[in-house]
Amino acid sequence: MVKTLARSVREYKKPALLTPLLVSVEVVLECIIPFIIADLVNDMQAGCDLSTIVNYGIELVIMAILSLVFGVAAGNTCATASTGFAKNLRKDMFYRIQDYSFENIDKFSVSSLVTRMTTDVINVQMAFMMIIRIAIRCPLMLIFSFVMGFAMGGRLAMIFLVTIPLLGFGLFLVIRKATPIFRRVFRKYDALNDSVQENVQAMRVVKSYVREEYEKKKFAGAAEDVCRDFTKAERIMAINNPMMQFCVYAAMVFVLSFGSYAVITSQGSEVAVGQMSAILTYSFQILMSLMMLSMVFVMITMSLESAERIVEVLGEESTLSSPGNAVDCVKDGSIDFDNVSFKYSTKAERMALEGVNLHIKSGEVIGILGGTGSSKSTLVQLIPRLYDTTEGSVKVGGVDVRDYDLEVLRNNVAMVLQKNVLFSGTIKDNLRWGNPDATDEEMLQACKLAQADEFIQTFPDKYDTWIEQGGANVSGGQKQRLCIARALLKNPKILILDDSTSAVDTRTDALIRQGFREFIPETTKIIIAQRVASVQDADRIIVMEGGRINAVGTHEELLETSDIYREVYTSQTKAGDEDGEE
Amino acid sequence: MAKNKTADTHEKKRTTTARGQRAPKGVLRRLIRTLFEFYPVLLPLTMLCIVINAIVSAAPAVFLQKVIAVVDASYKSGDWSSVAGQILGYVFILLIMYAVSLIAGALYTQMMAIITQGSLKKLREKMFDHMQDLPIKYFDTNGHGDIMSYYTNDVDTLRQLISQSLPQITISAITLSVVFCIMIYYSVILALLIVAGVIGMAFAARAITNRSSKYFLRQQVTIAGAEAFMEEMITGQKVIKVFCHEEKAKEDFDKVNGEIFFNARNGNRFANILMPLLGNIGNVMYVVVAIVGGALMLTDIPNISLCGMGFTISIVVPFLNMTKQFAGSVGQVSNQINMVIMGLAGAHRIFALLDEEPESDEGKATLVNAKEDASGNLTECEERTHIWAWKNIADDGTVTYTRLRGDVRFFDVNFGYTEGKTVLHDISLYAKPGQKIAFVGSTGAGKTTITNLINRFYDVTEGKITYDGIDVCDIKKDDLRRSLGIVLQDTNLFTGTVMDNIRYGSLGATDEDCIEAAKLAGADDFIRRLPEGYNTMLTSNGANLSQGQRQLLAIARAAVADPPVMILDEATSSIDTRTEAIVQRGMDALMEGRTVFVIAHRLSTVQNSNAIMVMDHGRIIERGTHEDLIKLKGTYYQLYTGALELD
Repeated sequence: MVKTLARSVREYKKPALLTPLLVSVEVVLECIIPFIIADLVNDMQAGCDLSTIVNYGIELVIMAILSLVFGVAAGNTCATASTGFAKNLRKDMFYRIQDYSFENIDKFSVSSLVTRMTTDVINVQMAFMMIIRIAIRCPLMLIFSFVMGFAMGGRLAMIFLVTIPLLGFGLFLVIRKATPIFRRVFRKYDALNDSVQENVQAMRVVKSYVREEYEKKKFAGAAEDVCRDFTKAERIMAINNPMMQFCVYAAMVFVLSFGSYAVITSQGSEVAVGQMSAILTYSFQILMSLMMLSMVFVMITMSLESAERIVEVLGEESTLSSPGNAVDCVKDGSIDFDNVSFKYSTKAERMALEGVNLHIKSGEVIGILGGTGSSKSTLVQLIPRLYDTTEGSVKVGGVDVRDYDLEVLRNNVAMVLQKNVLFSGTIKDNLRWGNPDATDEEMLQACKLAQADEFIQTFPDKYDTWIEQGGANVSGGQKQRLCIARALLKNPKILILDDSTSAVDTRTDALIRQGFREFIPETTKIIIAQRVASVQDADRIIVMEGGRINAVGTHEELLETSDIYREVYTSQTKAGDEDGEE
Repeated sequence: MAKNKTADTHEKKRTTTARGQRAPKGVLRRLIRTLFEFYPVLLPLTMLCIVINAIVSAAPAVFLQKVIAVVDASYKSGDWSSVAGQILGYVFILLIMYAVSLIAGALYTQMMAIITQGSLKKLREKMFDHMQDLPIKYFDTNGHGDIMSYYTNDVDTLRQLISQSLPQITISAITLSVVFCIMIYYSVILALLIVAGVIGMAFAARAITNRSSKYFLRQQVTIAGAEAFMEEMITGQKVIKVFCHEEKAKEDFDKVNGEIFFNARNGNRFANILMPLLGNIGNVMYVVVAIVGGALMLTDIPNISLCGMGFTISIVVPFLNMTKQFAGSVGQVSNQINMVIMGLAGAHRIFALLDEEPESDEGKATLVNAKEDASGNLTECEERTHIWAWKNIADDGTVTYTRLRGDVRFFDVNFGYTEGKTVLHDISLYAKPGQKIAFVGSTGAGKTTITNLINRFYDVTEGKITYDGIDVCDIKKDDLRRSLGIVLQDTNLFTGTVMDNIRYGSLGATDEDCIEAAKLAGADDFIRRLPEGYNTMLTSNGANLSQGQRQLLAIARAAVADPPVMILDEATSSIDTRTEAIVQRGMDALMEGRTVFVIAHRLSTVQNSNAIMVMDHGRIIERGTHEDLIKLKGTYYQLYTGALELD
């Protein structure tokens, strides 16, 4: 896990390594300062003159300035390193997601990916900052103070040997008890927030069924549960502070009583007065460092969960990739399914597609019909290799799709997905997805073909009309036609429309198909539809049922041979259901 | 779509409390008052312990000085026994003080843990409870992500504020004042010197935290922007793949990401500078005190102090220690400033949520079970009789019962989501008990808006709607809604089993009732094929079900509620025509004897309605039965023949 994360440090390696170095110098200076002060106090006691004090003072101020310079520098590099690391983490995750196959995408929910790139990255950034700054600072401080304490205080420093292990052991116990609770409670906390989200989304249902009180009770229960665990964990952590105070007090009492004894009995030769207070300073520093160290430890364990979630995204290998020496040219628009079976996950019991054999000639118009869950979409998604077959092979232009360069294949197989998405930006911006270099003329042509030009011209800003996120400001039918135009701009050899004209009225739908026949006769067209009218005039119609091809034929043939086709046809014509659903 | 429908028809209002702003004055006071309300006994007790702990841990400086003074005076003699009593006496007092400090410390940290988490829980509950009572309008006009961030970001920053910053600042403030008192006790001159230093520190801290908090607050804004960008991109990830648009997406992301980096880096830079800066100002102060103290010792300037001692080493040494303590405390406080600023900004937003006006309800009529005697008089009763009545208590105390039949009428209704933008014009219609009324029309024609008015998600601007002759505004909202069953196009399922989700319609329903309802809705078949049947767990809004299956569950949920009036808003839009035919049978059974309002895209769904309302731009442009409308050869006819498109 550390290795995967460390790869994202990259250009921030320098500040990341520089920080501990700068911090070390800062710590050395910080530890020397009390040493000099002790000398100063001793000299003052001995009745030195003012110039000695001023000399000490100059020495100390220089030290302080140096310490400040290094401290500021360290803070700077630390900020750069940790936020840069976070930036790279976000970038790596986003880039990795771009490389995901459909199968990978299906695995994560959108909100979980967004949380991973925001909250989780911030947690890891904090931990990283802690590690390069405080996790170096504290042990160093500890060692220095320890050594200095012994160097100065001699026997008095023995108290460290008692208090440090005592505190260390105590902290260890606290951490060991608290961290598992913390990890558990953070998971519960996430679940609690998920339930709020669920409630907000379902507010109409909640209010319609007058379930406000029920929801309140449900939430109170979950909140109570989170609160109980959080309190437990925090109460354990709260032991740290008094424990630490206890050790400081113990050291104080020891130094004051035995220190005085030592000073007086040795007449100041073994331990001087100034050293007595210095040793108190050191003991305080040591215990503080231990304490900080324990905090860092807790923070790190708490961010482990986040780190794991990030690594999960980074470590997710794309299940699809272009092969080496890939074919980079698609000959024609012919498609062959040979004994194709497919299931979405290896664990799934049932095949989503089973034993599909299908041969489509270049330029043919194919209609696909079938009920919800008959795997129509699944079938066509194998053509641009959005998923790989489980068994059998799919060939485009006579070549197995697995042998193509993915980008070449997908640029030649244009697909209008069932779940159409337009992005925020102008109509032109959206159209350029199909071809970044498309001229205005080309866009106009594509939109005319998709019967979109007509309504675009009615917008005040025409092709520069701003589209809201998800295409919220255009109607369903308009959205579908824009999506078709976008796909047409690719100038593909194969065009797949997955239920893409369902919200378009039948007349326009017919015009679109007529345009296809006239203007792009070479292109293989596969049209999935709910209504018979959309596929009626296709060269061949495929009827899907339960993941298998139930029947293939022309409209007339199927009316004779296929019960399902006939049933759908009569239900639609009788009901006069000539408009679709969304 | 349905969710957006209402939101689209009126302008989205930005939240009044945008991110990235500092909280106004008064928020802190309100926060503290709220905490005291939550813990009226425990919190003062905790504060007491904090004060004791702080005072007692600051005080030892005095004894430290006393011991050092004794040692200093007598170490040359080397005679331990003569001073042992005195020194050990001081140490003994110290021991007692330490013990008190420890006990107080242990107590307050424990209590603080309880208070922090307990307060957050109470606050969360308060927010959630309040949110449940907010009108639908609030949810239509505020982004869900925005509402969620109250519970995540804002509560999280508040946790830091309550658990760390508040006690830390209290302790530091007390320590500062105690140490200051002791300083004055020893030497006014040196004390003033330190005050001057502290003022310098305060200025430095202010200058730096002003900058860092500016960037931190800005960082919150950029992160929110990045979140929106990522959400849009990842939602459309499949489209990105299909169009090989990955590189462009990466490019755009780099821009957003760079912005976060810029703000985060600068914010942290300034924040990281604070501690070394203050620490070293502390060190310089230390030097200054040493030099000035030393100078004063050598010259014979009289010491102005409460203790009356002259300048000696036994004053300067503890003073030096106190300087360190003083600087440390100032550092501690300034270190919390960023957290306080962020926490208060969060608290401000939370309070804004709590201040949102809840849904008002002036209705008095309630829904009760009733019995009908031979002469047709209704009397109220406890048991379920399948006869319901509206119980209305008039101002003079007379109780009237009106039988619930499901008669809904609109009288010249006008309505607009925002003032001045009317989306429904002069709607008049009646639905007699048991009738099926359908609405047909384009997106934005006002179909869903009509249903929003019946169940009073929104209130009419002009005109009146009656339910069994009673103005809907005179019916208690809960009872009104209980008498209406609504199935929406966008089905929302809850985390829980399939059974739980069906039971949501009627909490008292038995398993058998739920299964019966599922059968009626045509959902039983697919439920039984799920891995664990009715006990299959659904998560993330039933992500493992198809949209059509979710709609079937939503219909089953409405069926188990068994309401006299049903509103079906595109309830079968995602079910294919063959399956719909099966569902239709169940639906017909479900709708029997009920008043039903149907909104549908598919004309086959509405054909057998008693009346079909064709809507356009907020007006009913045609009405009548299917046959009437076909004969009319108007808009409906064009839709029916496919000449017109429905959006």
